[in-house]
Amino acid sequence: MDAVLERILLKVQKPARYTGGEYNQIIKDKAEVDLRMAFCFPDTYEIGMSNLGLQILYGAINAQPGMWCERCFAPWGDMEEEMRRAHIPLYALESGDPLTEFDALGFSLGYEMAYTSVLNMLDLAGIPARSADRKSLTPLVFAGGTSCVNPEPMADFLDLCAIGEGEELDVEILTLLRKAKKEGWDKPRFLREAARIPGVYVPSLYEPSYNGDGTLESVARLEGAPEKVTKRVIEDLDSAFYPTKAIVPSTEIVHDRVVLELFRGCVRGCRFCQAGFAYRPVRRHSTAFLLEKAKAALENSGYEEITLSSLSTSDFKGLGELTDGLLAWCEPRKISLSLPSLRADNFSMGLMERVQKVRKSGLTFAPEAGSQRLRDVINKNVTEEALLNSCRIAFEGGWNTLKLYFMLGLPTETDEDVVAIARLAEKVLHVWREYAANKSRGVKITVSTSMFVPKPHTPFQWEAQAGVEEYLRRVKLLRESINSRSIVYNWHEPHVSLIEAALSRGDRRVGAVIEKVWRTGGKLDSWTDYFSLERWLDAFRSCGLDPHFYADRERREDELFPWDVIDLGVTKRYLARERREAYAGRVTPDCRVKCMGCGADRLLERGDCDE
Amino acid sequence: MNRILFAKTGRAVFISHLDLMRTMQRAFIRAGVRIRHTEGFNPHPYMNFALPLSLGVESRCELMEFALEGEAALADLPGRLNAVLPEGIEVLDAYVSDTKFKYIKWLDIEAHLFYYNEVHQAEELAAFFARPELVTEKRTKRQTASVDIKPLIAALEVTDAAPNELLLTARLSAQEPSLSPAQLLAAVEQLAPALKPDHVRVKRLEVFDKDMNIFR
Repeated sequence: MDAVLERILLKVQKPARYTGGEYNQIIKDKAEVDLRMAFCFPDTYEIGMSNLGLQILYGAINAQPGMWCERCFAPWGDMEEEMRRAHIPLYALESGDPLTEFDALGFSLGYEMAYTSVLNMLDLAGIPARSADRKSLTPLVFAGGTSCVNPEPMADFLDLCAIGEGEELDVEILTLLRKAKKEGWDKPRFLREAARIPGVYVPSLYEPSYNGDGTLESVARLEGAPEKVTKRVIEDLDSAFYPTKAIVPSTEIVHDRVVLELFRGCVRGCRFCQAGFAYRPVRRHSTAFLLEKAKAALENSGYEEITLSSLSTSDFKGLGELTDGLLAWCEPRKISLSLPSLRADNFSMGLMERVQKVRKSGLTFAPEAGSQRLRDVINKNVTEEALLNSCRIAFEGGWNTLKLYFMLGLPTETDEDVVAIARLAEKVLHVWREYAANKSRGVKITVSTSMFVPKPHTPFQWEAQAGVEEYLRRVKLLRESINSRSIVYNWHEPHVSLIEAALSRGDRRVGAVIEKVWRTGGKLDSWTDYFSLERWLDAFRSCGLDPHFYADRERREDELFPWDVIDLGVTKRYLARERREAYAGRVTPDCRVKCMGCGADRLLERGDCDE
Repeated sequence: MNRILFAKTGRAVFISHLDLMRTMQRAFIRAGVRIRHTEGFNPHPYMNFALPLSLGVESRCELMEFALEGEAALADLPGRLNAVLPEGIEVLDAYVSDTKFKYIKWLDIEAHLFYYNEVHQAEELAAFFARPELVTEKRTKRQTASVDIKPLIAALEVTDAAPNELLLTARLSAQEPSLSPAQLLAAVEQLAPALKPDHVRVKRLEVFDKDMNIFR
C-alpha cells in the first residue's frame, strides 16, 4: 500500500472502509482483462455494501470473462479532506487504481439525495462532472437504479442511463463499450449505438424545450433515438445470476447478513409507492431455488443471520414452506431468520412463531394512514380490524415493542385523518392492555411520520406535496392528539422531503441546481451531518428555479412529464385512472384477485405475470 | 485450550480488534469448524485473543484460543481457515496448549521510522534510548501519571535502514505493565522531539514468557 495512503488511513475514522481486501472480493489478472468497470455507490461503504443490487451486479459482471468490476464508495468527510490534501484521487477498492484508469464508471442511483455525491466522487477522481466536458470514450459514466426512472435531473452528468434490471443490460452495455474501444469509436458514435440497446437512455440524444409557464413543451429526439426507452426486466429470475458469494465486509455495515431476494415487483398497488409500480411485473424465485441459494450464501459468508427481502414478503406464495425449510437448516446452526415488510393483514400466528424460534426482534407495521377512508384513497388494503388482530397476536406472543409508520400530507388528507393516527395507536394500546401475555414489562408503541413525497410513475405523480409548514401543523395536531405515555411519537424533518420531492419530479434544468449545491459544498445529502436546506434553496434561487414549482405544484392531467420518455411497463393512462379511483375513495384489488391491466405484462414474453 | 498462531499484515492491519473477532468467527463458520458458544440468553463464542493489536500494526505472532463443538483435526485447520480468510490474515499454526495468556511477559517488535524532511543516524536514537531513565507522561482515562519506561525495555537496537529510515527493534514488556510501541515512540516525542519520525510502521514479531522462552 502507498505510504501516504497508509498514513492517512491511521488518521481517519473506520479505515477498513477504504482498504478493500475483504473475503470474496474479486481480483483478476489485469493481463487477462480488457474491460474494467468501477461500480460506484454515491454513499458510504456501510450503506453501499448493504445494497443487494451491488452484490448482484458485481457478481454478474465479474462472471464475464475479460471484464473486471471493482467497487468504489463515497468517502466520509474526514477521508475526503485527507485525500484532497494529499492529492490522492478516488480509487477502487480491489486494485487501488484511480477511477481515471477505468473504462466505465457505473453509479447506483437509489435515491435522489445521493445525486450530489455522484458529482463529488467524479471530482475526487479528477473527472469532469458534465458529460459534455468528457470528450473521450472512457471512462464512460453511466447510472442505473430506482432514481433513474426519472433520469432528467442527472441528465447533464451521465453519458447514459440503464433503465430497469441490470443483470443483462449492464453486460450488454459493457460488451458494446469493449467493441467500441477495440475499434476506436469516438464517444458520440458509441452513444448512438448504445441508444439502440433496449433499456438504454442517452440523455444527450434528447433535447427538451419548455413552455412559458415552465412546464415541458416537447422533447426533440436526435440521431434516431427511440421515442420511449422501455425498462428491462429479467423474465425468469431463477435463470439469472444470483449472488451466493457475496463480499463479506471486514467491518460492520448496516445490513450485515445474508439477504435472500424472494421476488421482484408487488401485487398490491399502493398508490403512493414508486417501487410497487416501478418493479412490476411480479416475478418470483422458486422455493427450491431459494433454499439451495440460501444455504450456499450462508456457507460461503459465515453470516449468522439471514433476512428475506422483497416488497411484501407475506405475499410470497409458499412462504410457510420456505421458512420451514430455512429454519430446519438454520436452527441447529444457530442462524437467525428475520422477516421484514410483513403486512398487518395476513400476519399469522404460525409465521410469527416460526420466526420467534430463533430470535425475537421488534415488530413494525406500516398502516401509512390513520383512517380507513385515507387508507382506501392510497389503496393500502389493510383494515383496522386486521391490524388490531395482528397486534393482538403479537402481544399474546410476548412482543412488547411495536412501531407504526405513517405518512402525513397524503392526497385528500384532512385533520380528522391526522387525529385518526392517534386514535389508532390508542386502540393498539388498548389491545395490549387486554391481551398482553406479560404486562409487567410495559409496552412501547412508537408512531413515526414523514412527509409524503409524490413520486414519478405513481398515481400521485400529478399531486402537490403538502408543504413544510402544513406538515409541521399536522405534526403538532397529531402530537397534541396523543395522550398516552406508552405512545412515543417521532416525526421526520420535512426539509429533506421537500428537496427530495423537487428532485424526484425535476426536469433537466434541475441539474444546474445539483451542480451548484455540490460546488458550494454539498455531498452525502441523506446525512443530517451534511444536508443543508439553505444551500439547496440558495442554489435553486441562483439558477432561477423554484423548488415549489417541482414539489408543491399540482399538475394538469395532460401535462408532459420529463420522465415520460421512460416506459416502466405501467401506462400513464392506468396511473391516471388509479388517481381518479383514489379521489373516489375506491380500492383496487391486488393483481391476484383481478388483473386491472396496468400494462406491465407487456414487458414479459410469456405475457402473464406472477407465475 | 485450542490455539491458533496467525499473522495480520497488509490491508488487514486496518481491521480493528472488534472487527477481527467477527471476521474470525465468520471464517470458522466458512471453514466448517464450529466454535462452541456460551450457554444462556445471549450466547457468544468461546474465543479469546492474547494481546489486542492496535489498528495499523502488523504482526506475525497473534494468538487466539477457542473451544470447539466436538472434535476437529487441528493439523488441517490452518489450511482450511486460510482458504476462507480475508486478504492479509494468515493462520500459521494450530495446536493445543495448556499455557495461559497471562504468562506472556515480553513482546518483540520492529518499527520502521520514516523521516521525510531530515536525516537521522541510528546512533542518535540509540543514544536517546540509552539514557538511564525515560520518564514519560502516561495518560490514563482519569489522570496523567509519570512513568519510567526504561525497566519495561528488555532490549533495544537501532540500525540505519535507508537514508530517511531507521529500523528499531526492541523487546518490550507485553503486560502488567505493558509498554506499547506507541508509548515507546511517545517517549521520543516527549523527551527528544527533534527525533520524532513523520511516519512509523510497526510490526509485532514474537511473544515470550518471563524466562524469555517463546510463548505458545
